[in-house]
Amino acid sequence: MPRPGFVLDVDRSTPPTLFWHGEGFRLEKLPADRSRVIYAPEPHDAIDDVDGAIRTALLHPIDMDPLPSLLFPGMKLTIAFDDVSLPLPKMRRPDLRQRIIEQVLTMAADAGVDDVHLIAALALHRRMHEFELRHALGDRVYDAFEPRGLLFQHDAEDPDNLAFLGTTDQGEEIEINKRAAESDLLIYVNINLVAMDGGWKSTAVGLASYRSLRHHHNPTTMEASHSFMDQHASELHKSTWRMGKVMRDHGPKVFQIETTLNTDTFPQPFEFLAKREWEWNAKDRALYLASAKALAKAPPRTARKIFHGIEAPHQMTSIQCGEVEAVHKVTTQNVYDQQLVEVEGQTDILMLGIPYICPYNVNSIMNPILVMCTGLGYFFNLYRGKPLVREGGVVILTHPTTNEFHPVHHPSYIDFFEEVLADTTDPHVMSQKWEQQYAEDDWYRHLYRTTNAYHGVHPFYMWYWGSHGMKHVGKVIIVGGDAATVRKLGFTPASTMNDALEIASDTVGRHPTITHMKTPPLMIADVK
Amino acid sequence: MKALQVSRSVPKLGMARLASAVSPLAAAKLGPLAYTTVDEPELPGPGWHRVHTRLAGICGSDLSLVEGHASLYFDDVVSFPFVPGHEVVGELDDGTRVILEPVLGHEARGFAPPFEGAAPGDGDDYSHLSTGALEPGIQTGFCCSTGGGWAPTFVAHESQLHRIGDMPDERAVLVEPFAGGIHAALLAAPVVAARQDTTRPAVVAVLGAGTMGLAAIAGLRRYVPDVEIIVGARYPHQQMLAKAYGADVVVGPDGLQRAVRRATGCHLIGDHLSSGAHVTIDAVGTSATVADSLRITRPRGRVVLLGMPAEVTVDLTGLWHRETELKGAYTYGTEHLPDGRTARTFDLAIETATAVEAERLLSATYPLSDHVDAIAHAATAGRRGAVKIAFDMRTGDT
Repeated sequence: MPRPGFVLDVDRSTPPTLFWHGEGFRLEKLPADRSRVIYAPEPHDAIDDVDGAIRTALLHPIDMDPLPSLLFPGMKLTIAFDDVSLPLPKMRRPDLRQRIIEQVLTMAADAGVDDVHLIAALALHRRMHEFELRHALGDRVYDAFEPRGLLFQHDAEDPDNLAFLGTTDQGEEIEINKRAAESDLLIYVNINLVAMDGGWKSTAVGLASYRSLRHHHNPTTMEASHSFMDQHASELHKSTWRMGKVMRDHGPKVFQIETTLNTDTFPQPFEFLAKREWEWNAKDRALYLASAKALAKAPPRTARKIFHGIEAPHQMTSIQCGEVEAVHKVTTQNVYDQQLVEVEGQTDILMLGIPYICPYNVNSIMNPILVMCTGLGYFFNLYRGKPLVREGGVVILTHPTTNEFHPVHHPSYIDFFEEVLADTTDPHVMSQKWEQQYAEDDWYRHLYRTTNAYHGVHPFYMWYWGSHGMKHVGKVIIVGGDAATVRKLGFTPASTMNDALEIASDTVGRHPTITHMKTPPLMIADVK
Repeated sequence: MKALQVSRSVPKLGMARLASAVSPLAAAKLGPLAYTTVDEPELPGPGWHRVHTRLAGICGSDLSLVEGHASLYFDDVVSFPFVPGHEVVGELDDGTRVILEPVLGHEARGFAPPFEGAAPGDGDDYSHLSTGALEPGIQTGFCCSTGGGWAPTFVAHESQLHRIGDMPDERAVLVEPFAGGIHAALLAAPVVAARQDTTRPAVVAVLGAGTMGLAAIAGLRRYVPDVEIIVGARYPHQQMLAKAYGADVVVGPDGLQRAVRRATGCHLIGDHLSSGAHVTIDAVGTSATVADSLRITRPRGRVVLLGMPAEVTVDLTGLWHRETELKGAYTYGTEHLPDGRTARTFDLAIETATAVEAERLLSATYPLSDHVDAIAHAATAGRRGAVKIAFDMRTGDT
């Protein structure tokens, strides 16, 4: 029986806690009697017969007819799927998307459907590399579709292949992939890693254009999303759900397939990363020491290669299909069942170790913008109820935060860092002053459409993700980061955790309460 | 008198060249520059004055000479041994304070000027540089007949002198490099005026923000309207000064190409911008900066070489394909301003140096006897947080 999440009150006998630090780790001894560490729940049991569960779900959808009954000869069928940003780390082969799509294609073939397109739902993310598509879809599907020109990566900048579906009652425009919009059936294959994923966000975001996305990917909406992990308190989700209503009334019929994973995140020899430190055995300690020392000595490129080569052992814990909202309700509950940890009250200081990866640097570099986004956008928002840190409190991140960018994947990030952050770190100001220029920059558009670059506006969206966190906290400190880079983000650098606590004392006093949320593995703090 | 003098010594030039790879200090010690006793130069004739140096700056061209990097091109237009120093403020025998316009033009050599009212740098025939009343020499500071500013006394022709009233010495010593920078800035003006799209400012990129780069920035801002000035400056103090002198965007050298791309909205194709700056002013003058300038300048744009390049190795395929104009910017003369005025560059420089309080660029002064330290300081000015280094002879202690 997997153990639930756990909140450890730190006392003098508590061993040092492991913090993520990019492509490395650090051990920190937290102050006794006023610190606590939140550990993720242990991985739930996976479904043994994954293929059987998929088939059962397709044949017994929620609030919709079985998939085979929706398929007919001569129909236009489009299968959209989550892109490389999910799951994290990438899962071992065969990827769930492959297993699901193969079964869907078998049913389509049985029904005589021969007009089938596959679309990677990129939104404004980068196009996937061939090896990434092969990993997600499997060689059989890739080789059957790609050479025949039936495997697409959504192009949010292709005016000829976008369809305008209408506006919400609040004036939000919905423009999505034309092929998807004009299909007799749009099947969406999702991997719901966190509670934020899925639902109408899959289609109304993943297949949308900038014209559509700007209505919710903006500082006002993001700032008012408390949090992204709680659909009912998230303005982002409310907006996409309004768009979903328009899609339901004027768009294609959507057959939503959602899956959840357990939190079995790290394979050997990194399994100690998911263990609680006081339960480390001699082997765990040795592995920690060996890997920490080796990684510290390895060139960054080598360390990055090692980490991005990790294939997670996480396994499917549920699959549900059918009507979007009904499906997503079940999915969200399953995510909560796995990830929620009850936490009593807020804290003065929230400590977050930032790992090597986030959804936007798979096989890439965790650049400074993404460090900010991961800390204040993603991890800060891993709560339901109230933020873990009190208003005006301090967030301490640990990460090397070097001034390093992937030139192919993140070209506009480089300019954003150099130009926009030199001017302002205020999300509202930058959205007014700079966003349009970047969104419409012809070179970024060209790179997004033809290479593997994120859209020109993407770094703005990353910054906006953190707007709620930035507004909520009084100070952000990054331990171990490059000082000039950290300052450019508008944050305060600190060499050591003790320095960080000393700096934080200006904001929260000499004896603050401290909470370290040790993630990944992923969890959601249910703050009472 | 005790002065600094450069002699023609091939071994010493070679030693300096080798030593400069190790340290500027070593180059100054081993090179052709010597602190020695020299005779005061004779007045060559009527119209000549004796000038007593107050401050004399150390320029990039002086450094390349001391470090043995000067081009063989100069062999026939300089005369050894000579006293360097062409950025000079001094005083005449009657106590009048003057700035030197160092170019040894037609009048100084006893020839008629190329046109009435010409400045020493004007003209399109340089035969006078090695003929006439003086030994060869492009400027005071490279001619054995006149001496130079790195000595307590030298001689200068009336055509070379600008009387400066109460301008402080520390500002006056910057006028000469400012004139050079302004001249380069004004070479951008025709391209800016001739651009097709006048709905947006023309983009002028400046590589380097030492004294000359900063002077070019100040000149662009003051005399060339409707330009967006984008500067690549290595050091924080240079970046701050570039901004203060009127740059719109200041980035590190590595960020210049991207900054120009952002401003012009073009693409980056390989290592060249698809379009780029209308004009790029290279105020450094190395193979790398010339190549960078060609990469960031738009097709049919202009690259102005302000920094003295000496020998460089550059792939000119891009220049050929993009029909880029490569334009030298040597010293100063008579300028035609975009507003229709005609003016001597030195007059514009005096005006500009006053407006921007150029004296803040003067970081340190040394007596001549500390020339080794002074040269080393000047050669590493950027990384030591300095801009201009000068010799100070006001106390009589050389």
